[in-house]
Parts: sequence; C-alpha cells; structure tokens
Amino acid sequence: MNWNSWDEFWDMGGYAFFVWGSYGAVAVGMALELWLARHQRKAVLSALRLGREEAALAGELP
Amino acid sequence: MSAHLQACAALLRRDLRGAARRPGDVATPLFFFVVVSALFPLAIGPELGTLRLIGPGIVWVGALLSSILAMHRLFAADLADGSLEQLALSPTPLGLLVAAKVLAHWLLSGAPLVLVAPLIAVQFDLGFDSTLVLMLVLLLGTPVLSLIGAVGAALTLGLRGAELLLCLLVLPLYIPVLVFGAGAVQAQLGGLGAHAHVSVLLALLSAAAFLCPWAGSAALRIALE
Amino acid sequence: MFWLQYAAPHRLYALAGRIYPLAFVLAIVLTLVGLYLGFWVAPADFQQGQAYRIIFIHVPASWMSMVIYVAMAFWAWLGLAFKTRVSGMMTQALAPTGALFCFLSLWTGALWGKPMWGAWWVWDARLTSELILLFLYLGYIALTRAIDDPRRADRAGAVVALVGVVNVPIIYFSVKWWNTLHQGASVSLTKSPSMAAVMLWAMLVMTLAFWAYALGMAFYRVRQTILEREHDAVWVGELKEIAP
Repeated sequence: MNWNSWDEFWDMGGYAFFVWGSYGAVAVGMALELWLARHQRKAVLSALRLGREEAALAGELP
Repeated sequence: MSAHLQACAALLRRDLRGAARRPGDVATPLFFFVVVSALFPLAIGPELGTLRLIGPGIVWVGALLSSILAMHRLFAADLADGSLEQLALSPTPLGLLVAAKVLAHWLLSGAPLVLVAPLIAVQFDLGFDSTLVLMLVLLLGTPVLSLIGAVGAALTLGLRGAELLLCLLVLPLYIPVLVFGAGAVQAQLGGLGAHAHVSVLLALLSAAAFLCPWAGSAALRIALE
Repeated sequence: MFWLQYAAPHRLYALAGRIYPLAFVLAIVLTLVGLYLGFWVAPADFQQGQAYRIIFIHVPASWMSMVIYVAMAFWAWLGLAFKTRVSGMMTQALAPTGALFCFLSLWTGALWGKPMWGAWWVWDARLTSELILLFLYLGYIALTRAIDDPRRADRAGAVVALVGVVNVPIIYFSVKWWNTLHQGASVSLTKSPSMAAVMLWAMLVMTLAFWAYALGMAFYRVRQTILEREHDAVWVGELKEIAP
C-alpha cells in the first residue's frame, strides 16, 4: 500500500493540483462527451417521433 | 498524349490571361508578403543578430500565408461559369488539368515570392549565400504549397466559410515545408550547409507533384457530384 | 464475408446497440483495475514523486488519439474503395473522441510538464506532433460539419482523413528533426530508463480502457447518424424507440 491516509492520497506528495487537474480534466471531458451524445440521441429520437406523428395525421402510415 | 498537353497548355494560358485582367489578385498576396515581413522587425527591434535568427522563419510564414490567401479561388471561378464540369468531362485526365491550374497558381503567387525574396533577405541581413539558399528553397517549397493548397481548395469548393476552412485544413499540412524551408536557411546561416534540407524539400516536391493532382481531382469529383 | 452484412445500416444499428453497452462496461472495469494498479500498487517514482502518475492517463490519451486517427483513415479508405455508406458514418463517429483524447493528451502533458520541467509547454517532438494532430482532427470535423450533403461530407472527409494519415508520419519526422536541431538534448515525456513493470501494466490497462471507451462512444454515436440519414426507411419507423 502506498498511502498512509486519505489525506496523503489527495495531497499526492504536493502535486495535487497537477495530478487531480489532469484526472479531473479527463473525467470532465468524458462526462461532457457522454452527455452531448445522449443529448443528440434524444434530439434525433424526438424529431423522428414528431415526423411519425405528422405522417400518421396526414394519413401516410399504413 | 499531345492532345492532353495541348489541353493543359490552353488551360494554363486561360488562367494566366484571366489573372492579367485582374492584376490585383496577383499583386495583393505579394504586397502582403512584403508588408508582413517588414512588420516583424518593427515589432521585435532593429538588432540585426536577432533579425537574422528569426528572418528565415518569418519569410516562410509570410510565404505560407500569402500562398493560402487566394487559394480558395483556384476553382471557384471555373465552378461559377460551368467550365469546371466541362473539365471533369473532358478526355484529358482531370489530374493533368489540376496540375495545369496549380502551375498557373504557382506562377502567379509562388514565383513572384522567389523573385522578391532578396529584398526581404536584405531586411533581415541574411547575407549573400543564405539569400541564395532562401531563393532555392522558396523555389522548391512554394510549388508544394500550391499543390497541397489545391487539394484543400477542391475539398472546400463552394462551401460557406471556405476560406477559413481551407486554412484550417491546409496549414497543418504545410508544416514539413515550413520546417525544412526555414531550417535550410538557418543551417546555411549557421555554417552547416543546407544540402540535407534541400534534399528533403526535393523529395516533398516530387511526392506532392505526383500525389496532389490525383487527390485534387478525386476531391473535385466529390465536390461536383 | 460475414462482416459484409453489417454494411447495411439497419444491421449496423442493431449491432452497435449491442456492442456499446459492453464496451462501456469493459471500459469501467479496466479503468478500475488500471487506477488501482497505478495508485495503490505502483510505487512513487524516484525522481518525479507522485506527479508521474499522470502518465496513466497522458500516455493512453496520446496513443489512442493516434490509433483512432488511423482507424478513421481505415474506415475512410473502406468507404472510398467500396462505396459503403456506413464507412463514412463510422469515420465521423470516431472523430470527436479522437479529438477529445488529443486535447486531453496536451492538457495532461502541460500539467505534467509544469512540475517536472518548469514550463507549461515544451516544444518536444511528441507534444508538438500531438498539437498538429489536434488541428488535423479539428479540420476534419469542421469540414464534415460544413458540408450539408451527407454523401459529399463523408467522401470529402475521407479524403482529408487519408491525406492526414499520410502526412502524420511526415509531420512527426519533420518536427523531430526540427526539435533535435534546435534543442540539443530533447526532453522526452515518456523516456524512463527502467520503468517498474507494474507501471507499464497500469499504463497498458488504462490504454485498453480508453480504447473500450472510444469503441463505446463511436458505436453509440453512429446509431444517431444512421437514424438521421435513414429516417425515411421503414425499419426506422418500426423501431420501438420511435413507434412504441
């Protein structure tokens, strides 16, 4: 085991800013990417549902 | 074979004559090159030692930017008047015709840079040998800029914001020419000789002359569909 | 030619739908293992202390940014050669993750460089090439976004990806030459005379984690592209996401 306490872990030998700044950026970047992709999916699905409703109203659906 | 060459020669003549009618298109990038080169000493200071250090790099960045200034217009006029489709349909391979247009572009943008280079070299106190090297590497490198730029111009043909898009696509690809072109003059200034750099530039020119007309014609066909 | 059936968009939609959850689960598992190895098993570095632990995300981000670009070029070639529609969609689906990894490579590189070499940015050959790779990614994304016609966007993007993949080694070579001429002893961010085996293992596991994540993101994203382009197709109308 490397760490005698959680405080030691978060401190990263004095390099906390750099280490957690890096890991934090990766986490934020990936979270953002995931959120944007989900958002895009919801937008596409709702646009398609809307299209389907309009087609049904216009009597185009079998 | 000679029919194809005649077609290319005709295209070349047409482009050069068109440029003669609009001398501003040729003069503007050239003036841009000269003015930008003069701005840097004003920004950095008159110390000749410093200027000699940064001179080659600045000349080359100026060459890159002025090469790319009018690049987006390479095929735009032909697209607008319908002659681009005619070129694509003609029996002459489109790659050859693209090469002819690139040659016209280079004669109007790159070649003048080579001729003006001694003036700029004097501003940066480069010395006789290094000025010769500068002219040589510009002679070898500016055609590569025109060739790569043509592929970018074909890809962005007719798009909104094509000028900026072209810059974003093409400037990273210019970097090897920049590194070896500026490096050659710096090597000469440092007394090391520029043979290796010139060889690499020759290799880049050969590769680009072979590959870019082909890639450019593929990109044109994609844009025309 | 089992794989050819997935050139059909509706088959790829279904396949991608099955793959991406598995890929994300794999990514999470590998990340937990990798971070455990990297933080609790691997010791502190003799010279760099705890700061070196950034490599467990810096190196995977760098490697994957390059692997993803090569993958994009592969799909681009496939699309141009065989005229399959889904190839262009896969190329586009891969690009954002590749660009993100490229940016993260530069960001983590800067945060590692500052405590180690005193500068936020060093013009070392690998970092500089990574920066140029980011420009290539952004150029690809900008071009494909600027073209309205999906087929033209795919094919123009494919040309850009292929031109880029040919140029990346040339650019790297040029930058390496430029770097050694101007800097003498080059600083290498990953050169370590003897890296403890467990550090290498942690790096490898994290690289696989990033790869699994990229796979998941690409397959997740390509489904939306397929839906947008095939919106008129009968199978789309019958999907339970749309017609419950």
